[in-house]
Amino acid sequence: MILAVASGKGGTGKTTVSVNLARSLDVETQLLDCDVEEPNGYLFLDGEAGGSQEVTIPVPLVDAALCDGCNACGKFCEYNAIVSFGKIPVLFPEMCHGCGGCMKVCPRRAIQETDKRIGVIETMRSGNITLDYGLLDVGVAMAPPLIRAVKKRIRNNTPVILDAPPGTSCPVIAALRDVDFVLLVTEPTPFGLHDLRLAVDVTREMAIPFGVVINRLGIGDERTHDFCRKENIPILMEIPDDRGIAEAYSRGELIVDAYPEYRNLFQQLFGRILRLAQQNVTDDTSERRSNAR
Amino acid sequence: MKIAFTTSGNGLDAPLDSRFGRAPNFLVYDLNNETFEIVDNQQNLNAAQGAGIQSAQAVARTGASAVVTGHCGPKAFRALTAAGITIYTTEAATVAAALADYQAGALVETAAADVEGHWA
Amino acid sequence: MKELVVVSGKGGAGKTSIAAAFVALANQPVIADCDVDAADLHLVLAPRVKERHAFYSGHEAVICQATCVQCGGCLAHCRFDAIVMHGKRAGEATFTIDPVACEGCGVCVRFCPVQAINFPERLCGEWMISDTDYGPMAHARLHTAAENSGKLVATVRREAKKIAEEKDHALIIVDGPPGIGCPVIASVTGATLVLAVTEPTVSGEHDLERLLALTRHFNIPTAVCVNKWDINEKMTQRLEERAQAAGAIPAGRIRYDVAITTAQVRAHTVMDFPESDAAQDANTLWARIQEMLV
Repeated sequence: MILAVASGKGGTGKTTVSVNLARSLDVETQLLDCDVEEPNGYLFLDGEAGGSQEVTIPVPLVDAALCDGCNACGKFCEYNAIVSFGKIPVLFPEMCHGCGGCMKVCPRRAIQETDKRIGVIETMRSGNITLDYGLLDVGVAMAPPLIRAVKKRIRNNTPVILDAPPGTSCPVIAALRDVDFVLLVTEPTPFGLHDLRLAVDVTREMAIPFGVVINRLGIGDERTHDFCRKENIPILMEIPDDRGIAEAYSRGELIVDAYPEYRNLFQQLFGRILRLAQQNVTDDTSERRSNAR
Repeated sequence: MKIAFTTSGNGLDAPLDSRFGRAPNFLVYDLNNETFEIVDNQQNLNAAQGAGIQSAQAVARTGASAVVTGHCGPKAFRALTAAGITIYTTEAATVAAALADYQAGALVETAAADVEGHWA
Repeated sequence: MKELVVVSGKGGAGKTSIAAAFVALANQPVIADCDVDAADLHLVLAPRVKERHAFYSGHEAVICQATCVQCGGCLAHCRFDAIVMHGKRAGEATFTIDPVACEGCGVCVRFCPVQAINFPERLCGEWMISDTDYGPMAHARLHTAAENSGKLVATVRREAKKIAEEKDHALIIVDGPPGIGCPVIASVTGATLVLAVTEPTVSGEHDLERLLALTRHFNIPTAVCVNKWDINEKMTQRLEERAQAAGAIPAGRIRYDVAITTAQVRAHTVMDFPESDAAQDANTLWARIQEMLV
């Protein structure tokens, strides 16, 4: 079971739900923090570091002895990551997407590839949780390859909870691809609802079953509930707006530690998700999964 | 010798644009015969990334051997250097003022990028 | 002309609500919503759109089925798993390109033996010029799954600046994107003043530090406002001390106040609830920001 926790808008409680849910399960659970620009999940967990691994992408390497400065590579590159001014090209590895095009178009076969670091994956053990989190190097704009690398850590024999980046742009798509279920965390406010609609569009476009958690229930209005009802979107959990929860969060504490009764509620949430994901398993999606692996 | 100035306008009195990669135009001044031409830098606008690098290519195509602008990012700096183009940064308000500074020898060659790219 | 950019490292800290309060307090500002990924300011300011412009960025590959000979060469060339094969074998199968996975590199286009792959510019969203009750507004909408380079942000800022110059407005208020990535860089470079909105939480603290490192790097004067400060006064003090140590100026605090949400629900700014704690705090903050803008 691979569950992604996502939200159109930042700050709705995505990380809170991911970490508390992972902590509430009675079994060994894998938590993947794919919010690689601002991974915050580890701030809420105490544990021991379990190693770190560099992540790289292939970037061009030019052999000066073979290059004649023709700039075929520069003319081809859509990302302006390589350019020649009549001499050996200047490389901008931070702009390179690793498509391999320059290598293929070089008439003198002067280009090979080499690995460039884009970030690391850190591992941490905390109770029943193994957390793997991607940390993008500062100044690197290329989140998707790192997200894909974090997802390669997925183990098949334990539940996997994946904390997705906020928004609806390409890093989110990379995080949600091939997951079994998406939990969208929102607030019952106009901003929350507006951004929830965007997230629903993305999830539907990707044909992944999903449900909603409404956080800070009691603020805002009924429009988020109305929207879910009208669109037939299951509301799987509601977390009330509670100053005590906000204060615990501000100190970096888990809700389930500050209020143990929530443990049960998160377990129930997971049960609902499992049932819904089960209902949605069709030949179509299982084929999609096996193709992707 | 030709010098390229970044500008949003079309003449010597136009403001010197402080941006290099996103500068709308280059005013390319020919020191030998004291004439200038305006080169549109608009081709950048639909690129997904790399405005500074494309701007450097545009300047190289004009035949300029120096560029005068407000700030120069690291990628543009590397591209211009590779193209053999000298970079001067200045806070002069207009192209004419920057040109006068250049001719008076008051501009100092920039040895490194002074800003990060606006968008990678 | 001055430009104030309201940002927050962490999403959901109250950035847009505070930007909207400033819009109501300022005298005929130009408004720019640069949070193009999840633009929310329009929900409060109810802009009347006057102009719409398509926004293109990069290219995307599209297979022309009439020309394609089903050789499958593109499948081998694509590094982004964007070629989808429908059917079992090359020669029988049809091929399409998953627009979401395609990164627009052009390798398949170049190497297709029968030139069956087109490479049009990619439509990524739109940007708009509008009127609001408070002043003109530039804003944008990014299509879902589109790449949020800082380019659309730069476009919105440029258009706002253009309006301010043409119509002689003294101030541009920018609602910036969250995070510290490329869109944020595009929204703050060259601004008169950045206001970083944060909340007193461990995540807020973590993300504020990265944000202040960024504005210090670009040498932009930066003020800090702690929203919901009273949920953790100790953390608020620490945040302000750290902000000061990082060269930023603590400019004010806003209390945890349900009026912020009430205003949002009614599609108003919090200044329409002048008696509320948040409105009073925003007033004090605005006075301080105005001093800093001079």
